[in-house]
Amino acid sequence: MKSLRWSLPLAIFVILVAFLWVGLSRDPREVPSPLIGKHAPAFELAKLHAPSETLATADLKGTVWLLNVWASWCVSCRVEHPLLVELAKANIVPVYGLDYKDEPDAGRAWLAQHGDPYTASIVDRDGRVGIDYGVYGVPETFLIDKAGVVRYKQIGPLTPEALKQKILPLVRELQK
Amino acid sequence: MIPELGHFALILALLVAIAQSMLPLAGAAYREPRLMALAKPAARAQFLLVVTAFACLAASFVGNDFSVQNVATNSNSELPLHYRFAATWGSHEGSLLLWTLMLAGWTFAVTLFSRNLPPVLLARVIAVMGWVSVGFLLFLLFTSNPFDRLVPPAPEGRDLNPLLQDPGMVIHPPMLYMGYVGFSVAFAFAIAALLGGRLDATWARWSRPWTTVAWAFLTIGIALGSGWAYYTLGWGGWWFWDPVENASFMPWLTGTALIHSLAVTEKRGAFKSWTVLLAILAFSLSLLGTFLVRSGVLTSVHAFATDPARGVFILVFLALVVGGSLTLFAWRAGKVGLGGIFGVVSRESTLLANNILLIVAMASVLLGTLYPLFLDALDLGKISVGPPYFDAVFYPLLAPAVFLMGVGPMARWNKASLPDLWTRLKWALGVAVVAAVFLPFILGRWSPLIAAGLFLALWVVVSSIVNLRTRLAGSHRHGIVAKLAANSPSYYGMLLAHLGVAVFIVGVTLVKGYESEQDVRLDLGQTVDAGGYAFKFLGVVPGPGPNYRALTGTVEVRKDGRLIETLKPEKRIYNASGQTMTIAAIDIGLFGDRYVSLGEPLSADDIDGAWGVRIYLKPFIDWIWMGAFLMALGGIVAVCDRRYRLAIQRRTGAIGPAASAGAPAN
Repeated sequence: MKSLRWSLPLAIFVILVAFLWVGLSRDPREVPSPLIGKHAPAFELAKLHAPSETLATADLKGTVWLLNVWASWCVSCRVEHPLLVELAKANIVPVYGLDYKDEPDAGRAWLAQHGDPYTASIVDRDGRVGIDYGVYGVPETFLIDKAGVVRYKQIGPLTPEALKQKILPLVRELQK
Repeated sequence: MIPELGHFALILALLVAIAQSMLPLAGAAYREPRLMALAKPAARAQFLLVVTAFACLAASFVGNDFSVQNVATNSNSELPLHYRFAATWGSHEGSLLLWTLMLAGWTFAVTLFSRNLPPVLLARVIAVMGWVSVGFLLFLLFTSNPFDRLVPPAPEGRDLNPLLQDPGMVIHPPMLYMGYVGFSVAFAFAIAALLGGRLDATWARWSRPWTTVAWAFLTIGIALGSGWAYYTLGWGGWWFWDPVENASFMPWLTGTALIHSLAVTEKRGAFKSWTVLLAILAFSLSLLGTFLVRSGVLTSVHAFATDPARGVFILVFLALVVGGSLTLFAWRAGKVGLGGIFGVVSRESTLLANNILLIVAMASVLLGTLYPLFLDALDLGKISVGPPYFDAVFYPLLAPAVFLMGVGPMARWNKASLPDLWTRLKWALGVAVVAAVFLPFILGRWSPLIAAGLFLALWVVVSSIVNLRTRLAGSHRHGIVAKLAANSPSYYGMLLAHLGVAVFIVGVTLVKGYESEQDVRLDLGQTVDAGGYAFKFLGVVPGPGPNYRALTGTVEVRKDGRLIETLKPEKRIYNASGQTMTIAAIDIGLFGDRYVSLGEPLSADDIDGAWGVRIYLKPFIDWIWMGAFLMALGGIVAVCDRRYRLAIQRRTGAIGPAASAGAPAN
């Protein structure tokens, strides 16, 4: 027993290394979303700027749209936000925002501060819709086609490359 | 030519490091003085070679040599000189080279300042540091060569990440790495002691100054990083529990525990195996931090350059170094023994309790940081752990640790009595409680958390004053100056560092309790009031920067109609990358900052119109960093203690554990 005591730190470390080893073979950024190719989970949520109105997935049938999951508390959202603002100016594809686990006041203030690229933002205060969409880190962006099928998922902040090389070509194709 | 020279110097450094890691160790095993004597010159030669390599890389950056891949990816000819120099460590390769340089520098320092260490111990210490260096040089040369050429050369560089173009970049990474890597000395001493099977008070006295200096650097490095985040990210936060921040915080917590544990081992001969374990842990966590930052196993705002293939290398290296050390520990620690025994109420027991709280706090940070990875590895889903977890777990663990900071220095070694402690500290406790209950009313708003935070800070300060008074009253000398001079620098270092903790707690408590923020739309000339200050918006003008275009706003801050500061918050659009950066403008004050950052113009094309402006009041926030600097200063003062120099000057055998010249009286 006594000699085992000195080996305890080693034992803990071996377990830790085993986990790190498995962790290495996985990319935390690229979670293959089970949603791709399936229908986007339906929701009907209150709008951030007009709490008495709601937006439902059904309203968006027939359009290609982006769902961007954001929050005022999210650090990386600040990184991708200028890109979204630019995208909104170009008017290529409507971007809907899902204000995830956020205080609506904080969310509105954040958009006032950083600019509002969203056609509309909806409030997912308790994160239910986020769970349906498999959101595990904010920001995330989903591309949804006219039939309501998820075609692409970006985990983490949008990058200019991802936008130019993957999302926008796909949007053009889906809009045809 | 210069990059090739640097590359060649690195290869030579690797060969020298291999010699440095093997020969002295063999010499120590066979008691062969000539082999042991190789340790010093090898370490010095290695330092020279790594400095050469580093200088070559820096020269390539400063001279805009875009035929070097690393330079072409991380610099730009428009980049100002000091950022071109700092870009040397702006990439993955460069920061690893900085790591190696720091390691070689610390080893060089050991050869300079340990002239009278027993040769066997010195040979082992330098050899152990050589092993670590071999690992890093192999890593550099085989996976991350900073000198790789680009054929054909790029006409222009891609530019340094704008987030890194900041004075913080020039100084934060070197300081942080000094701290990280500095723990390698304590680690090498611990391994050398385990190898030799001899672990006593002299060993602790040799390890202490090295550990304390490394800890002081790490403290400053973390504080600088936090200050940098505060003013560059444009939204006024100072700590985010980001994995990379955690990676630097875990060695700090362990290092703090180690400093205190070493004190006990030196003064009382107790906690021996615990101290050795902490020394191994502190450096292991530094390595783990490097792994987490460089391998990309976790997502982080800091993940600038990650590559899973490199992760495999660091993980194997980590497994060898840490696994090897812990195996050695499991094998030898039993022989080293536990050291002295002590009473349930004693200075030892309070320090042990504090140590355990610090290590549990460290473990909770480690768990929170790696939890997403654990779940993912077990296929239980992907999650992220955020500030709510850390806030809920961390503060309750550190609060009792801070409380013990007041008790520990007052308790006697070996055996203290609770009634005696109560008599000596009851007034301090009373003053702290009463002041903590009433102060929040004066400051504005009462909340239990504010009162609790203030209580802890006041308790540390008042109990330190009581401690100093008791010391002075017990001194036989005459006159206050003589009485003050009778105490050792290490005693004052402790008081300063503890005072730093109190100042830090005041900062955290008050900024969390009383900060306010406003997002306002301001027209030209419009004024908004916040916390007794009037902020007047005077518009935004475009202007050129060295490598960016800037939009600079002007906001006048007035109090009672008197102009106290004109703030110039900026938005920058960098030419090479097209990225935007928000640079906040801060009117710094001892009792709080006024922080202004620019949002977006009301209509995108009209910069002369109304703007969204964010105005923060951050009461006492600078106390957070002042506290950290006081802690580091305390560490530096403690290292100036005479007995460390004596330990160097005298023959080692002459100093027994009890005969330490400058040691405090009780």
